[in-house]
Amino acid sequence: MIEQLARLGRTGLLALERLGRGHLLLLAILKGMTEIVRRPFLLIAQMFSVGVLSILIVGISGLFVGMVLGLQGYYVLSQFGAEESLGVMVAASLVRELGPVVTALLFAGRAGSALTAEIGLMKATEQLSGLEMMAVDPVKRILAPRFFAGFLSMPLLAALFSALGILGGYLVSVGLLGVDEGAFWSQMQHKIDLHEDIYNGVIKSLVFGVVCTWIALFQGYDAVPTSEGVSRATTRTVVHSAFAVLGLDFVLTALMFGD
Amino acid sequence: MAQNRKIVEVSVGAFMLIGLVALFFLAMQVSNLSSAPRGSGYEVTARFDNIGSLKVRAPVTMAGVVLGRVVAIDFDDETYEAVVTMRIQSKYDRIPEDTFAKIYTAGLLGEQYIGLDPGGSDTFLKDGGQITLTQSSIVLEEIIGQFLFNKAEGEKNGGKGEDK
Repeated sequence: MIEQLARLGRTGLLALERLGRGHLLLLAILKGMTEIVRRPFLLIAQMFSVGVLSILIVGISGLFVGMVLGLQGYYVLSQFGAEESLGVMVAASLVRELGPVVTALLFAGRAGSALTAEIGLMKATEQLSGLEMMAVDPVKRILAPRFFAGFLSMPLLAALFSALGILGGYLVSVGLLGVDEGAFWSQMQHKIDLHEDIYNGVIKSLVFGVVCTWIALFQGYDAVPTSEGVSRATTRTVVHSAFAVLGLDFVLTALMFGD
Repeated sequence: MAQNRKIVEVSVGAFMLIGLVALFFLAMQVSNLSSAPRGSGYEVTARFDNIGSLKVRAPVTMAGVVLGRVVAIDFDDETYEAVVTMRIQSKYDRIPEDTFAKIYTAGLLGEQYIGLDPGGSDTFLKDGGQITLTQSSIVLEEIIGQFLFNKAEGEKNGGKGEDK
């Protein structure tokens, strides 16, 4: 009985300890911003691997999600004779929800897992210790550029996702289903608000960018330095990112639109 | 290495450009930024007994054309009226002072907006002016209530033999 209670307590303490380490790491990364100002190419190189290489998957997913939204929305809206609102429906669901959320999930799978594996392997092969031996702070040199690359890439990727999704919805609804082109755009412009919808979507994607990159970096930095540990950390990155994104999305939506 | 670095820099630049273009597209083509210029125009107020579910940013129209938007809704706790502040685009500066403001509903269940019917006065509304002639929004529940009441009255007076 006592032994089980102790085990429970140990688990809780370990979880809290990890949480604390994660926040300390975030603080150290934020302090490491100075290194990026001195060596901007560190950031640019990471923007390439985190952002540019994610363009293809994000863009194609956005296009298809928008096309499916067009088809499915038409099925429901045509029952009410409100096909003209298809543009509003596609744009609002993409800009408010699907753009930031699906981009964050894709980002966690495509870029987050790669970050964790990279840093976990650096730790396993003692490259991070090597850097420390040479008096180079790995947090500043390795983690900070990756963090800010993720932070900057996410809103751009989410905007790309939403824009291509709206174009995909336009292609399907105007080209395939015969919705009036003028009504599609004018209803959309009438109902979608720059501040209410688009800015809030960008804020969401900024938050997701921070959270996904932070989780990925922490899992890599905190991984058990064995091949099994790195593989577990990579899995945890994707799972935790998905949980965090979906949970935070609910909280943010309640704060932004739930009045 | 130098060649490689150049490629990375160029592609990151292109990536940021694509992202910003996408944001710009969302702002200009998708949102109502293009149709609602902020800041320009003049403000007039109108007092209503009941504004129904009128919201801030609802359109203000005359002859069906959007002239401006509602920018603020306040409550006057002395007269118990709603004070609606509207911002009208400055190019429409010839709206008569005795214009009639009414709250309409777009469609049966659509959102509410303010419709202006021009008066015949030679003096025009200015910044800070007030529209005095107003009519409240039609509350659907009241009309249904009135309809049921009238029907009940009618049945009581001479509607014997009608089925219920």
